[in-house]
Amino acid sequence: MLKLKDISMVVGNDQGENREIIRNINVEFEAGKVYGITGPNGGGKTSLAKLIMGIYMPSQGNIYLQGQDITPLSISERAQLGIIYAFQQPPRFKGLTVKDLINIARPGIDNLHLRSTLRDVGLCPEDYLDRDVGPGLSGGEMKRIEMAQTLAREAVISIMDEPEAGVDLWTIQKLIAVIVGRYKKNPRLTTIIITHNENMLHICDEVLVMENGMLVHRGTPEEIWPHIKDEIECKMKELCSGDIAYEIR
Amino acid sequence: MKLDEIQTNLLKTIADLEETPRGAVNIRIDGTPVMRHSSPGIQITPKLDKPGFDLVVAPGTKGETVHVPVILTKSGLKDLVYNSFIIGEDADVTIIAGCGIHNSSHMHSQHDGIHEFILHANSKLRYVEKHYGEGEGKGKKILNPTTTVHVAEGATIEMEMVQIAGVDDTVRKTTVHIEAKGYVKMIERLLTHGAQHAESDVEMYIDGAGGSGQVLSRSVAKENSAQVFRAALIGRSDCTGHVECDSIIMGDSKIKAIPQLVAEDARAVLTHEAAIGKIAGEQLIKLMSLGLSEQQAVDTIIEGFLR
Repeated sequence: MLKLKDISMVVGNDQGENREIIRNINVEFEAGKVYGITGPNGGGKTSLAKLIMGIYMPSQGNIYLQGQDITPLSISERAQLGIIYAFQQPPRFKGLTVKDLINIARPGIDNLHLRSTLRDVGLCPEDYLDRDVGPGLSGGEMKRIEMAQTLAREAVISIMDEPEAGVDLWTIQKLIAVIVGRYKKNPRLTTIIITHNENMLHICDEVLVMENGMLVHRGTPEEIWPHIKDEIECKMKELCSGDIAYEIR
Repeated sequence: MKLDEIQTNLLKTIADLEETPRGAVNIRIDGTPVMRHSSPGIQITPKLDKPGFDLVVAPGTKGETVHVPVILTKSGLKDLVYNSFIIGEDADVTIIAGCGIHNSSHMHSQHDGIHEFILHANSKLRYVEKHYGEGEGKGKKILNPTTTVHVAEGATIEMEMVQIAGVDDTVRKTTVHIEAKGYVKMIERLLTHGAQHAESDVEMYIDGAGGSGQVLSRSVAKENSAQVFRAALIGRSDCTGHVECDSIIMGDSKIKAIPQLVAEDARAVLTHEAAIGKIAGEQLIKLMSLGLSEQQAVDTIIEGFLR
């Protein structure tokens, strides 16, 4: 379905030095499965997602969607082929409403579907459909509106970047139920969730752990969890600053 | 009244008029009033000493909408009109104005509207004015509205002034006086492109205690166009006022935004916000990730911003 072959990405810093932030990633994502990507902050998870969406371009390697090399394609072209990326920090738009954005994500969406999509992310349609996606919304509201667009689009490849961030526990459970009910085992859809949330990870068919731009572990949630737990304890000892890279259940 | 296709389209664009509206109406085409009707609550009569009309809303009139659009399709025409809008006590009405110019020649077409609004005590008015220009000629489409507004005790006016597109040159001057417990909300939305030039100069005097005024401006300047927006709030009592100017700048355009606050009474609470910036890259990326092309994303952002 989606294949990343020998993907690397190098970025330059202010001092003119190059740093490889994605290192030789080889991975395939199959249809009908939910994948989790986790790992410490700065490990390359969001960069990998942006490479798939076409927001970043790889320094080397190729990305294939259903056998087609999409590496040279633009963001719009990849979106039209069926990839969507739910941003970790979605931008705000003065003057565009929630309804506008969902209509862009899913042109011609009927009113019933539109309203149920908002309910799926824990938002009351009456209160939100005509709200500006502007500065008046909280981070948590923005996040849920972002997820609503992703759910409405039902893309063949959905990448959700920390859908739990800033969202209340009740909504996280609701989102998990929607992902399990609608995406998991859907033979048409592939779902990739970047997450630090154990409950999210446990609904995944497979979990990939990224660190220093590399894929360091891969397996079922049960297989991976001990590795992540060790990492957490290790990181906490290293940091000793209260900066917790993982959310612990 | 028989209209040609250009006139019909202009009326649709600036005043949403597709058929003769019910109730009071005044339509001016190429310097001549071509349709004028009054209603029991709204009387429109021509001025005797100069071009224009007096529109008088009887006290207590509620829920009526009156259309007073102006269109120019004759090239080289310079139209000057003086209109007075007098809103009686406790009335609550809507006025849909607007000016559209079609100019396909090398000569300039110009409409200067001198408007006076007098709102009596506790009256309420919603005023919508759209400006639009079209036509391939090199002659300019020029619109210069000068407006004075007097808001009596407890009266409210919401003014929505929109420049849709195609106006080459505009200088808008607006002066507002607000008495005790009066409220004014003025919304300006402006799009300039090509080599267009737009200036708006607002002076809002909040004279009475409990008076409140808001000036909200959103504009987009494209290509080589230039905009100047100046809004002064003068608080002369125990009052509140807010100015907000927010602009998107594109291409080689220039924007000058000058919010000004003047407190002449220690109890006045006046605030302002101003921002000029280009379309954020992340906004474009976000809309492109939903399948829009870059140009569609730009158009969507601008359309929403100016809505």
